[in-house]
Order: sequence, then C-alpha cells, then structure tokens
Amino acid sequence: MTSGVITLPHLSRREISPVEGTPVLAGRIVEFVRLARAHHFRVGIQEAKDALDVAGRVDLLDQRQLRWGLRSLLCSNAADWARFDTFFDYYWLRPNRRKVELPLSADQFLPSAASTYASREALPEARQEEDSGDSVERVGASNRDVLTRSDFSLSQLNADTRELEQWIEQVARRMRKRLLRRYQIRASGHRLHMRRTVRRSLRYGGLPLDLILQQRRRELPRLVLITDVSRSMNVYSYFFLRFARGIIDAFKDTEAFAFHTRLIHVTDTLKERDSHRLKEKLAWISAGWGGGTRIGESLQTFNRDYARRLVGSRTFVFIMSDGYDTGEPEVLAEQVREIKRRAGRVVWLNPLLGREDYVPSSEGIRAVMPYLDLFAPAHSLASLMKIEGMLVKL
Amino acid sequence: MTAFTDTEDLCRRLEQAGYITEKSLAVSLMLMSQLSRPLLVEGDAGVGKTEIAKALASAYGCELIRLQCYEGLDVNAAVYEWNYQRQLLAIKMQETEARSVADKERHVFGENYLLRRPLLQAISRPRSPVLLIDEVDRADEEFEAYLLEVLADYQISIPELGTIKATSIPYVLLTSNGTRELSDALRRRCLYHYIDYPDYDKELRIVLKRIPGIEARLAGQIVTFVQKLRKQDLQKRPGTAETLDWAAALVKMDIASLDSNPARIADTLVCLLKTRDDQAALPPTVTARLLAQSV
Repeated sequence: MTSGVITLPHLSRREISPVEGTPVLAGRIVEFVRLARAHHFRVGIQEAKDALDVAGRVDLLDQRQLRWGLRSLLCSNAADWARFDTFFDYYWLRPNRRKVELPLSADQFLPSAASTYASREALPEARQEEDSGDSVERVGASNRDVLTRSDFSLSQLNADTRELEQWIEQVARRMRKRLLRRYQIRASGHRLHMRRTVRRSLRYGGLPLDLILQQRRRELPRLVLITDVSRSMNVYSYFFLRFARGIIDAFKDTEAFAFHTRLIHVTDTLKERDSHRLKEKLAWISAGWGGGTRIGESLQTFNRDYARRLVGSRTFVFIMSDGYDTGEPEVLAEQVREIKRRAGRVVWLNPLLGREDYVPSSEGIRAVMPYLDLFAPAHSLASLMKIEGMLVKL
Repeated sequence: MTAFTDTEDLCRRLEQAGYITEKSLAVSLMLMSQLSRPLLVEGDAGVGKTEIAKALASAYGCELIRLQCYEGLDVNAAVYEWNYQRQLLAIKMQETEARSVADKERHVFGENYLLRRPLLQAISRPRSPVLLIDEVDRADEEFEAYLLEVLADYQISIPELGTIKATSIPYVLLTSNGTRELSDALRRRCLYHYIDYPDYDKELRIVLKRIPGIEARLAGQIVTFVQKLRKQDLQKRPGTAETLDWAAALVKMDIASLDSNPARIADTLVCLLKTRDDQAALPPTVTARLLAQSV
C-alpha cells in the first residue's frame, strides 16, 4: 500500500526526490487530486489519501486501470463523469503536461460556465422592444416602499439598484420559509405513530390509551427557472437572474436556465460566490446576447435534454418571459404542453402584466394560456412577493 | 471475504452470474470492496443498475439485502421497528408475574422483539452481504442524512437497546435516477460510476447470454435496431432491459428474422416503446425503414 509509506500532510512536490520511484508517482497523484479540486471535482484530503491507495491496488502497467480507478473515486455526478477523461488526459499524457502546470483557468473545465462563455458569438440584431422608460419617474430616496412597488425597468436608472438586488434575494429566501411553514401546517396526518403510542402505553400497563398520531411532512417542490434574456426583456432579465440566484440559494433543489435564441444551463454560474464576478457574469448573460427570441425552440431543447431528468410531479417550472417570440406560436404551445405533461405546476411570470394598458395579445402567449397554472405579473418586488402566496394556494 | 485483486477474474465471475460488463465497472467494484466505500451508480432507466447488485452477490457468493427507497421512507421501514403486537402481549402476560417494572421493560425491549429491517440486517451478518439501496433519490433528505451517518460509522443506535456495531462491513451499492439532486456529502462519501447504454458488441453479448436459444443472426438484427431506435427523438429511450424483453418476445413468437413478418413485428414494438407519445412518434413507415436498415 503506497499510502503507508508517505504521510500526506507533509507531502509536497519539493520534498519528493525525483529518483525514488514510487514517491514520484505518489507526488503526481496528489498533485492530480489537487488539480481536480481546483477544477471543481468534489474531493478532499480523504480522496487524496484514497487516490494513493487506489494507485497501490490497481495494475499500474495497465494505464486504463488507474484512469478507471481514479474516475470512480473523484467523480461524483454524471457531469464529472463526462469531463473526467479529457481532464485525465490533460494531466497524464505527456505532450499536454506543460499546459496544466500553467496557472489554471478554473472555468475551462466547468461545464456550464464553459458553455456560457463559448456561446459568445455575433447574434443577428432582432427587433428591439420599446422601452417603458420614456416617461420615467425618478425614484430618488432609498425608500423601501417606493422601491418595492416600482417597476424594475425604472430601477436601472437610479442608484438604488444594489439595495434592490439584495432585497430580491431576500424575497427568494423568504419564499422558502413561507412555503415550508405552510406545508407543515396544511399537512395533517392520520397515521398512528406506533412507537410513541406503545411507549406512552407503558404507564397504563400496556393499554394504548393515548394515541399519538403522526403528520406526514410535505417536501418542498423542486423549482426549475427558465429566464428569457432576449433584447425585449433587457431591463428585467438582470433582476430575474438575480431572483433565480436567490432561489437557488434558498431551495437546495433548483435548476436555472436562460435563453434568447437558444437555451443555456446557468445554475452553476449563478452559484458564483464572489459578488463582483457574479455581477459580471449576470450582466454578461442578461445583456451580452440580447438578440431575437426563440422561446419555442429553447423550450424544445429543455424538453429534449433536461426535462426527463429534472421535471416530475414535484416540480414547479417557472418561465419568466414577456412572450414575444419570433418563432411559431404552435411550437411554443406544443412545448409548454409537453412541460405541463411532466411537471406539477407551470408558472409563467410576465413583467409586462404589471403595466396597466397591457393585454396579453401576442399569439404565442394566447396559445400557451390553457397549459399554465398561473400567469402572473413580475415587474416589481411587490409582485414577486405575491407569487409565493399564490404558489401555496395552487 | 474473497479478495478480488484481479479485475479480470471479477469480470469473469460477473459474467458467470449473467452480467456482462466492462472492466472499468469491475475496477470500481473492486475498489468499493477494498476501500470499504459505498458505490453510487447512476444511469438511465433500464441500463442494469440494479442487476449489478444481484450479479455481485452471486459473484461473491454472499447474500443480497435490498432496500427500496420511496418518498416517506422512515427509520421504521429501513432500519428497525419494535414488534408492537408481541410487546403488548408480553406486557399482558407479565402482568401477574412478580417482577419489577424495570425488569419487565428490559424484557419487552429485548432483541426478541426487534424487527430488523434491511439496514440493520446488513450490518449484523457474520459475513459481508451486498447491500443494495435502490433509487436513493426517492427517499427524503432526512433519510439521506441518516444513511450517510450509518455508512460512515457502520453502527446504529437504538435508544432502548444501545448501539449496535457492524459485525461485518457490507458492500454497499446505491442507485439513483436523478428525481432529486443528492447531497454533496453523500456523493463525496461514495465512489461513483456512470453506466451508459451499452454499445453494439456489449449489448449483443448480453442478448446472447440472457436469451438462451436465440439465433446469432436475429440477435444481431435486434441489437442493431434498438441501437438505431435510441438515436430517435424519444421520451423514454429503451434500455437493455427492454431489448431483452423484446428479444424474448420475438423468440416466443418464432420470428427468425426481422424482415420476415413486418405486421407482427410492429405489434411487438410495445416492448420497446412505452409511452403513447413515443408510439405515435414512430409511424409505421419509420419503423419499417429502421427494420430494413437493421437486417
């Protein structure tokens, strides 16, 4: 067993003499595990130790065995599994070695971030929605009431954006609390809790006089958020992504997507802890590719690639879009119907609904209306706060 | 415990048990037993996740203990429960005996009245069994946390009885279908293996192995067809299990070749296409074309 020879905490590359056979390999394996951690494989000290153990157990003359062994050990989900081979080759195959020793660019191996950035290409400029901000009322004071009610599209113009952003995330977190609490109160169980009943019956000589009933706890739903980031949604998409981030933070089991002319998985991007980088990424996602909108086709991608795994009867799917689609309305209706078939609830949040003169007249929206459980405005904090109340009633 | 240092040997033994696999899975299984870590297996439905456990138990020549997870699975169903009926009877019977209350209670909460559920069974065997925790993603988060604790320490504490330590460490296999994202902690604790749909050669070997008496030519056609079918835009892609069902059906119906009787073969496609939409998505013309390409 290799790990018997080397104690890990003291092991660093400098201390290993290149002439001693095994320690070199051990050093490289530890280095490989570290590199894996830097590239977002979920591994810790224990895994480094076990990796040495693995190396000691597999047949090292068969290069594949080391690969397979380390793959089992270091991967923890299907995405890791898919990128492991490339990662392994990068480190272990000689010609590539130098590249990896250069400072790492962490995003390179991050599947979602990579795809997000890879999508940077010129998009045809499509029709631009008229901004609502032509007669802008200035919201000057940092007054929560005012901010709460004001349309997000106005907020871009003043300095309160940061405060607003934080509140949006708070709303998301509050939503979790409220949903959880209501579920518990609503759920009334009728099952007998045998264990406690018998325990209690001991004091009556075994006669079960006090019956203890147990309540069945309801699980929180899984949320899937699909945000429109096309040009027409320009003023709202940034806030919606921010909201999505809050939701991801609060609900453990959440996935977020963004689309304009196609769909991109953004859950991992939104998990960014560094607020500055998050801001950059959000701005990038929300503004970087404001082009035409193909809601139908994007949802088709969602149904084909993700729905099978993510959407079930416990899933609430949120689509945040103004419903202006450059594709065929039939495609859109068909795809929403498909989502509805799998999902517990389908909710469409439309920022334009907040405007007094707005009537959902676009063909696309009218076609999908029959499949929606909830069609609600989402143009301000106040409207976002109302959503959770409506969700509970659904 | 039989030590399988040789993956070739494990592969062969699994094959004898009717499970055909790549060496990479054998390496994962070998590490699972040698590092005493659970192995989390993921993959689409019907690729043979559950079968691994059966084959492994047979290869190791040990017992298979299965815990099927579902929403609302609790400690009573997974770990242990007291046999309440017997306890109540025992209390009644002891009423007239002149023993102290504490003594009576100790009697009632003795091992005789304990119903051992899969997790407790798995750690209290003299020889390591294979413990299959099937579809762990269906269980609640609380249960997952509890499971993590058991898998870390291999001991279970029962308030009335004390802590029960494992007499042998089971080989633990977990399977997941992704209805819920598993916690990082559990994923980190486990080794991981992802099973994809088998390629042509492997699937052919599986069909030949599992369907005795099938002709090699028909088996080849069947596998070609299914492989093509998986590339279609379907809601539920057929897994290996479906291939085997279909092959068995064709053999039962005495169909010797896929080009012989299109109408009857079309009827058997229900073995492969299991939703109405998928059946609608493949009109007869398309299936006819696929069948023709497979011959």
